[in-house]
Amino acid sequence: MRRYWYYPGCSGHASARDYQRSVALISPALGLDLVEVEDWNCCGTTAMTSVEPRLSVVLSARNLALAEEAGGRADLVVTCNSCYAILRRAQEQYARRREVRAEVDEALAGIGRRYSGTVRVRHLLEVLVRDVGLDALRERVRRPLSGLRLAPYYGCLLGRPRNDFEDPEEPLSMDRLLEATGATVVRFDRKSKCCGGALITTHEEAALELVREVLSEAAAREARAVVTACPMCQFNLDAYQAKVNAAFGTRLRLPVLYFSQVLGLSLGFGASELGLGQRFVPVGGVGKL
Amino acid sequence: MRAVQSQVPGRGPLPVVGEADLDGKFVVTVMELSGEDGLLGCIQCGTCTGSCQLSSWMDYTPRRIVDMVRKGLAREVLASRAIWYCASCYYCTVRCPRGIKLTEVLYALKSLALARGYAEPGAPAPAFYRTFFEVVGRYGRLYEPGLMIGVALRSGFGRLFRLAPLGLGMLRRGKMALLPERVRAVDEVRALMERVSRGLVRR
Repeated sequence: MRRYWYYPGCSGHASARDYQRSVALISPALGLDLVEVEDWNCCGTTAMTSVEPRLSVVLSARNLALAEEAGGRADLVVTCNSCYAILRRAQEQYARRREVRAEVDEALAGIGRRYSGTVRVRHLLEVLVRDVGLDALRERVRRPLSGLRLAPYYGCLLGRPRNDFEDPEEPLSMDRLLEATGATVVRFDRKSKCCGGALITTHEEAALELVREVLSEAAAREARAVVTACPMCQFNLDAYQAKVNAAFGTRLRLPVLYFSQVLGLSLGFGASELGLGQRFVPVGGVGKL
Repeated sequence: MRAVQSQVPGRGPLPVVGEADLDGKFVVTVMELSGEDGLLGCIQCGTCTGSCQLSSWMDYTPRRIVDMVRKGLAREVLASRAIWYCASCYYCTVRCPRGIKLTEVLYALKSLALARGYAEPGAPAPAFYRTFFEVVGRYGRLYEPGLMIGVALRSGFGRLFRLAPLGLGMLRRGKMALLPERVRAVDEVRALMERVSRGLVRR
């Protein structure tokens, strides 16, 4: 078993509990031991960063410090694209901007903690594709998802602004992972477009247009489902699909799954234990493969 | 002085502002807060605007916002609708040929708008950001029902009723944590917030 520190993020304990359930199931099956960081706090996401750009660096730094203090391998695995981007932003600004580093060190010292900059923030998708490897994944597939057409939707923050894992505009890791399950991955030009993020709450009209754009391409390419790697993307595409249909007169009916759930199905886990029932647009036949 | 009216509804041209109403230090403030000292190197090519999926909703496009920041039109920028339409998707940042991290500039502008009182308290985006801040200050983590109710309290109960079906739908599907989770050392989180936010958010 490879051991990693795990940061589920706020939604992992709330609106994306199904994501976390599926991650908890597939990880041990793939030789990963994800250990939740003790007493982690909100990373600040883009909302807190908009209130005070340095605050989210400091809040994120507490999480990095907790993972570092806990010792062992200094990889912190996240499953939310927003946590991923914001924690990496903290990691990067801490390394690059001297004044930020001084502020973080001082603020952490004020609560009796310190961080020395050793933690690597990694998305679970990266760990699966790079550490476990596609060949190993392929070998563990018990129930190939042959004939299942899937649209891989990465959203904004998996590859942006930039990191050593994904391309900012043409990401491929999830395509490869889904292919390893035996599924058919459709061409998806809007794979890294924005779902609207928090604008779904603050500027719903504008965000619904973005959601429609993503879903419409998936439908036009005859995908049976859209697959995401982020709780915010999943929520916007799933919970607001009915509103999109009402606003634009579309008849979209696309289940929106997490890559961990799709992978779980191919590994032989059942739909309900993977949390596939917990969505607005029912998974229908996709869960019965 | 009266500004020229635009042909595009809701979209303004570069406002005409008298010398006395310009803030010559604004660009420096924005560069310091955002850490983006390359702002002066912007060539106004418009790649940011062309890449922005929300620019058609904005009263000033991202390219124009940069121009206005440099010209010292602080009030017009901070009171604009444009800055609240930024979804932080980072397309502009990735594509800028001058390497300007415009998303960071937008974080700084939203923060300044809140700190200087330009954001209407009842407007949905400022209400959302302020509430988010308070919820995390209370629990150390996000508590989604608390966020929804807090936003509704700030921006009118009509919103709460509109959000209710969504909340119930989440509840039925086990997607809503009824009780908040509190970080055990929430005092640490509060101490960090107080130290760094410097009273930026007015209660």
